[in-house]
Amino acid sequence: MKYYDNLIFELSRPGRKGYELPANDFGKDAFDNLPADLMRQEAAELPEVSELDVVRHYTNLSMKNFGVDTGFYPLGSCTMKYNPKINEEVAVIPEFTAIHPLQDEKSVQGALELYYNLQKALANIAGLYEFTLNPYAGAHGELTGLMIMRSYHIANGDTKRTKVIVPNSAHGTNPASAMVAGLEVVEVKSKPNGSIDVEDLKPLLDDTVAGIMMTNPNTLGMFETEIMEIAKLVHEAGGLLYYDGANLNPLLGKVRPGDMGFDIMHINLHKTFSTPHGGGGPGSGPVGVTERLAKFLPNPKVKKNEDGTFSIITSGDSLGSISTFLGNFGVMMKAYAYILTLGKENIRNVGPLATLNANYIKESLKDDYLLPIEGVCKHEFVFDGLKDKSTHVTTLNVAKRLLDYGFHAPTIYFPLLFHESMMIEPTETESLETLDEFIDVMHKVAKEARETPEKVIEAPLTTLVRKLDETGAAKNPVLTYRHLLKENEKEAAK
Amino acid sequence: MSKILEDLRYADSHEWVKLEGDIATVGITDYAQHALGSIVYVDMPEVGDEVTAGEEFGAVESVKAASDLISPISGEVVEINEALEDSPELVNEDAFENWIMKVKVSDPAEVDALLDAAAYAKICEE
Repeated sequence: MKYYDNLIFELSRPGRKGYELPANDFGKDAFDNLPADLMRQEAAELPEVSELDVVRHYTNLSMKNFGVDTGFYPLGSCTMKYNPKINEEVAVIPEFTAIHPLQDEKSVQGALELYYNLQKALANIAGLYEFTLNPYAGAHGELTGLMIMRSYHIANGDTKRTKVIVPNSAHGTNPASAMVAGLEVVEVKSKPNGSIDVEDLKPLLDDTVAGIMMTNPNTLGMFETEIMEIAKLVHEAGGLLYYDGANLNPLLGKVRPGDMGFDIMHINLHKTFSTPHGGGGPGSGPVGVTERLAKFLPNPKVKKNEDGTFSIITSGDSLGSISTFLGNFGVMMKAYAYILTLGKENIRNVGPLATLNANYIKESLKDDYLLPIEGVCKHEFVFDGLKDKSTHVTTLNVAKRLLDYGFHAPTIYFPLLFHESMMIEPTETESLETLDEFIDVMHKVAKEARETPEKVIEAPLTTLVRKLDETGAAKNPVLTYRHLLKENEKEAAK
Repeated sequence: MSKILEDLRYADSHEWVKLEGDIATVGITDYAQHALGSIVYVDMPEVGDEVTAGEEFGAVESVKAASDLISPISGEVVEINEALEDSPELVNEDAFENWIMKVKVSDPAEVDALLDAAAYAKICEE
């Protein structure tokens, strides 16, 4: 494949055109009434290119992508499952895409019904009372959930509850969201097997604790077996339990966070419910709560009336608005399509298959890679780098070498509990053949590390872009086109 | 194997302290710089800031992660290592030579309570 890294602006030639706009039939200009000081004085600097230029440019760029449609993507904690194409077909139905959020609610009953039904389906799956679908992504959901936690304590006059307990293995977003919500973070230690140390938790539980944030299974992919005890202790101390839905996939249709004692949770539709993730987003982070917390959910909400119609309502007890209108509606359509495609019967197979796939890889590779925590994992697990530490081949080197073999790298250097973390999550959608291929390559890389370590340390060797200077990129970031031009000039002057 | 200097005191959060008179020089250990990998930024306090033993006084950012710096002692910051502003990688080159801050300590007894080289070496092995 030829190397391509042009910017569309570099293809621009004065006067070159792809299309011309039709003549204005309306007799007046839409901008006629704008004040002169708001009018642009110079023409916008847009690229001037032909249709063929545009098509080739974006096709070439798209060929540089790696996505779940091109290969295996075992990125731990991210649930990069396949995004079924039926989701996309549903999401472009014009009756949905052509509606406007300010339309009369009588004319958008179908959209409101979809919102309401998805909300109900998620509540059933989670074992909670009600969901808001308004938050735009996982971390936004966390913030919303913590604002609900805070609103609850404030409504009880319990204003000294300002601490949120977070395990030291937590996703980085957990303490960050707590800070943004104006709460103080207190860390609880993990036991050597990665689960929360209940003895370490007990002394932290006093009347200043607003709640605890957890994932179950935890960041190491292990089920927190003492969750019922933890829930009892936190509730007895007057706190609430927050469930980070990033690790919901292995439990889908089998275990419900609400049944484990959680009061608030967010779900990443872009992980568990197969909507596009990462650069392909946007995301959506619905938040669910128990009945006693439902009144604090953000405005607006969708209500089902007695006559079967739907209304958009706002309530005075709500913590307020956290998004424009009702969130990322297109994403909700895809998630709803996914739930209906699987149905109640098949959704139960997601968790067990994701768990089976993860354990199959873990057991097949633990002869070459260091498994710090033995036992059956859930949907993901963590290796602490190569087992043979004498080669000086790091987790980063292994990750880069995988790219040479056509696989996306796993999540690396997270969690921080180990120095050489490599977090692998295959998801349920991969076939046995793909898993075997990945296992073979991982064994091959381990063999290379022993026999020709310099080759692995130099990797990637066959990708379009070779090993990056990560330190240089972090210290001297070049983030805009103008900055790049300046850097090039400096380079040329040398 | 990381380097540990005999004449320094250590915190279990991987900072070292060298006390001369009532001035304590503080940095991160060789073990810490090794675990962090290439350091790209050191967030330092300002001269005149009060630091408290056991509490955060800054952060180190590497290509792997950002980690809080925990002050092993209490007192007033009298000097910071300005060379690290432009060249944070100096910490990778020699973590003991390239200190982060100097503090006028309010309670020299805090230094005595820190780990000695042998006790710190044991923590790094675990």
